Amino acid sequence: MSDATFPSTVSGKPIRRKLSRDDIIMRGSMIVIGLYLLITMIFPLYAMLSKSFSTYTFDLAGYEIQVSDETGTNFNEPVTFADLNNTLSVLTESDLSAGSDGRLSVTQFFPDFSFRSSVNYRIRNTSATGRFLVGSTLNDTTDWVELDSNTFRRVQLRPVEARGIDNFRTYFGTPALSNSIKNSVMIATISTIITVFLAFWFAYALNCSCMRFKGFFRLVAMAPILVPSLLPGIALVYLFGNQGMLKELLFGASIYGPIGIIIGSVFFTFPHAFLIISTALSISDARLYEASVVLRGSSWRTFWTVTIPGARYGLVSAAFVVFNLVITDFGLPKVIGGQFNVLAVDIYKQVIGQQNFEMGAVVSVILILPAIVAFAIDRLVQSKQVALLSARSVPYRPSPKAELDWALFGFSSLVATFIIGILGVCQFAALVKFWPYDLSFSLNNYQFERMDGGGWGSYLNSIKLGLLTAAIGTAVIFFGAYLVEKSNGFRTGRTVFQMFAMLPMAIPGMVLGLSYIFFFNNPSNPFYFIYGTMAILVVSTVTHFYTVSHLTATTALQQMDREFESVSASLKQPTLKLFRRVTVPVSMPAIMDISIYLFVNAMTTVSAVVFLYSPKTSLASIAVLNMDDAGDIAPAAAMGMMIFYTNTAARIVHLIASRGILQRTQAWRSR
Amino acid sequence: MSWGRVNNVIKNVENTYLKIENLWKYFGKFLALEDISLEIGEGELVCFLGPSGCGKTTLLRAIAGLDLQSSGTILQDGNEVSNLPPSARDFGIVFQSYALFPNLSIEKNIAYGLENTGRSKGEISARVAELLALVGLPDQGKKYPAQLSGGQQQRIALARAIATNPGLLLLDEPLSALDAKVRVHLRHEIKELQRKLDVTTVMVTHDQEEALAMADRIVVMNHGVIEQVGTPTQIYREPSSLFVADFIGEMNQIPTRAGSKNQVRLGGGLMECAPHQFNEGDEIIAAIRPNDIIPHGDSAHSLGQDDVVETESNAIEVLVGEMEFLGSFWRCRLKHEILGDADLIADFSINAVRRLELSEGANMLIELPASRLMAFARPEQNT
Repeated sequence: MSDATFPSTVSGKPIRRKLSRDDIIMRGSMIVIGLYLLITMIFPLYAMLSKSFSTYTFDLAGYEIQVSDETGTNFNEPVTFADLNNTLSVLTESDLSAGSDGRLSVTQFFPDFSFRSSVNYRIRNTSATGRFLVGSTLNDTTDWVELDSNTFRRVQLRPVEARGIDNFRTYFGTPALSNSIKNSVMIATISTIITVFLAFWFAYALNCSCMRFKGFFRLVAMAPILVPSLLPGIALVYLFGNQGMLKELLFGASIYGPIGIIIGSVFFTFPHAFLIISTALSISDARLYEASVVLRGSSWRTFWTVTIPGARYGLVSAAFVVFNLVITDFGLPKVIGGQFNVLAVDIYKQVIGQQNFEMGAVVSVILILPAIVAFAIDRLVQSKQVALLSARSVPYRPSPKAELDWALFGFSSLVATFIIGILGVCQFAALVKFWPYDLSFSLNNYQFERMDGGGWGSYLNSIKLGLLTAAIGTAVIFFGAYLVEKSNGFRTGRTVFQMFAMLPMAIPGMVLGLSYIFFFNNPSNPFYFIYGTMAILVVSTVTHFYTVSHLTATTALQQMDREFESVSASLKQPTLKLFRRVTVPVSMPAIMDISIYLFVNAMTTVSAVVFLYSPKTSLASIAVLNMDDAGDIAPAAAMGMMIFYTNTAARIVHLIASRGILQRTQAWRSR
Repeated sequence: MSWGRVNNVIKNVENTYLKIENLWKYFGKFLALEDISLEIGEGELVCFLGPSGCGKTTLLRAIAGLDLQSSGTILQDGNEVSNLPPSARDFGIVFQSYALFPNLSIEKNIAYGLENTGRSKGEISARVAELLALVGLPDQGKKYPAQLSGGQQQRIALARAIATNPGLLLLDEPLSALDAKVRVHLRHEIKELQRKLDVTTVMVTHDQEEALAMADRIVVMNHGVIEQVGTPTQIYREPSSLFVADFIGEMNQIPTRAGSKNQVRLGGGLMECAPHQFNEGDEIIAAIRPNDIIPHGDSAHSLGQDDVVETESNAIEVLVGEMEFLGSFWRCRLKHEILGDADLIADFSINAVRRLELSEGANMLIELPASRLMAFARPEQNT
């Protein structure tokens, strides 16, 4: 306006909204789900971060000791262990750093110590923070404790906790550990280049050519999503391992290491890259192709000036998604990585193998960084893709070009053969008696009760986890998305919630799982009781796969008329009635998609749950890992294929159920 | 807008139903509504009219409680509702997008607000049937919204909004998404329905024709302030500012200076005009609507007995420029030295053009009738 002078104060007193019952219910629910995310993600991550900065050292100067003569009554002047160490040099500086459970025996400071002697000892903490054990009794006072020799040998010093970057210093000072960064980045980069290349041409063949059997190829391309990422590792062992059928093809190179990880990574990331690039190509505008033809551009020129620029966001996005998947994957390098260390496996080795939780936390923090960067760039690119989508464009209909179509058909067949081959090898290996010596069929490998890993019980546990995750996860996530999208005011709350909902995607499963140990496996935590139960597996899985589901729900909700809530309020009907009667039925397709996504991922996930399962709640995917670890590779393959068939069946059931539900709830769609 | 600001408060409304006092609304730093005060009488149909971004929808949403005002009070039927949530206020609302629930049948859409109000199933279905008949779609109850045309859907939305007999009906651009013909038809129906139900109604529109045809009173808004409140004839005949004059209908604008109390300077001389409050010599805009310009005959032609120049000083000889046939009248571009390069646009009846034998390049005498020639303040730069 011309006289745009805003009055410095609004006349009259500002209005504050009186909250309706609906407002209160919706805000309350949003806070509840926000708290859920806080407890299942933010707090554990914080616990992990603080763990990575926790250092433990033995403070020798923190204890005073007096030694008596043979009579046991005349004590000498008090000395500290630091004094004793200075004279005797029993321990070096590095001996003094410890883990949180470190214990230091004290008799080593007394070269002529004998537990049978009649010498008595007195020991005390010089400060209130000092702690030492006598047997299993903790002493944390500064009072003198008098002990005979036999008891004194059971005295152990406890380390003092401090904050610092010592753990990181140790990490980068140990090449065996820090080399993993280089390895991980290398593996992820190479896998990304190969996968995106293959996925692009595959998607190009399906969207921009007239080759035959497109439906079949599309189906095959999606198959790897239905199996755990470590399954291709098992197939590769059978093909190229020490007793592999095609071992000679590697010309002496070993499949156990980068080669195996890369081939397997290409397999399990292929569908993700394919989906993204395919979407980007399918929205390409036919008018641009027509313009190029009218301007007499060659096919080659059209490809570079129309096709590639149209798909560039898809390509970048796919690249980052694949990079993220590979660098955070744990199952595959565990199975086929051999001596080749990568970050995700390092976490597992540090925690499960060496019980060095602080170092596990350090590796986790390092693993989060590339994941967050990749995630941030992906989100940025995705938002641009959406802008592109909303433009009105005419879908491109390819016209037949015999040569190109056949070339692409050949290429697609090769990719399909690779995918089917990997699955086929696993199934074959699972069914033969003893690879490669006795190739007759048997079902021996399905007798999971005889193997390490939890037997059929773990398979049933997996199904239970899948169903629970799908049911609870879908309800929580969809309702949460509804609250964010449709509630009035409360802008800060909604922004915070939205941020919480986006975060899980950037958190690698291994990191989430480990952070759960730090947070939940702590008796002073009120939620300690869920540790080791099915509940913590469900919670971690829902949180792990929260973001994609949340985005699916949000997209569906944004397509709904913004004024439904206004109309409902004007008719004085509760918002939750609107949610039940209109929002949920109209969003049914999205809700079904979310539930199948959660189910399939709960069946295949290894990374978060590997730290959290208990003997009673072992899972099929964990069983594959453990059986493979124990050398029962054929049963591992058999269990892996069970997961595949279960997911396939779930998909089919989902398809049929979707049709049925859609017919009932979406009758209004047909005119 | 130092020019033409009017007293926004209309005092002489019988039985005020809705009273808005000193309403301000900020979106961040952007001032969307500036000190709005307004009274709406019981049973009245009031249109908020203005260009997009003028704040009319913001004002409607504040009345509904959907977007709360920053400050100011709203009284509905004597009760203060200023900070109540929408569900605690008494209104029905219809949106441009219809906002019908797509998965519920027409019947269920209309019945939605009747549920949980202590009505029996029989009562509800009777009421739904009554409403369907009222909006002229008695047989469509079993269908789904997507199976109806846009105009039909909007009628259903209307039926749903009035189902519970709200004291106030809010219409947010209800006709903007419809075809031109359907729009004209439906606006009569809405008006008729509103009269029948005698429900106080506020309608937001950017279509001046719609507002003129439907409203008992029009509230013209611009840049977050009310420019003028009045009946359609008042707004059209006596616009209080150049903005209103220009937004509703068309207006020839001639920059010039004021004469004495009822004169403007045009060309070398003075012309009589409607009374104004400018001082002699003030920079003003002289304005007249194209269809207010009176054509006059000459020695060879006459328009009959009434063809008499009323005010000699307001008659000028002009050159007829381009002529455009617009069906029910001719639009003529007239040239005269007092206008400089600009044309004076006049709408003459087909009859007049024929009898005066007007054609491009001819000279003719016109009169700018004193009562229809208005003086307005010049807008400031960049407005």
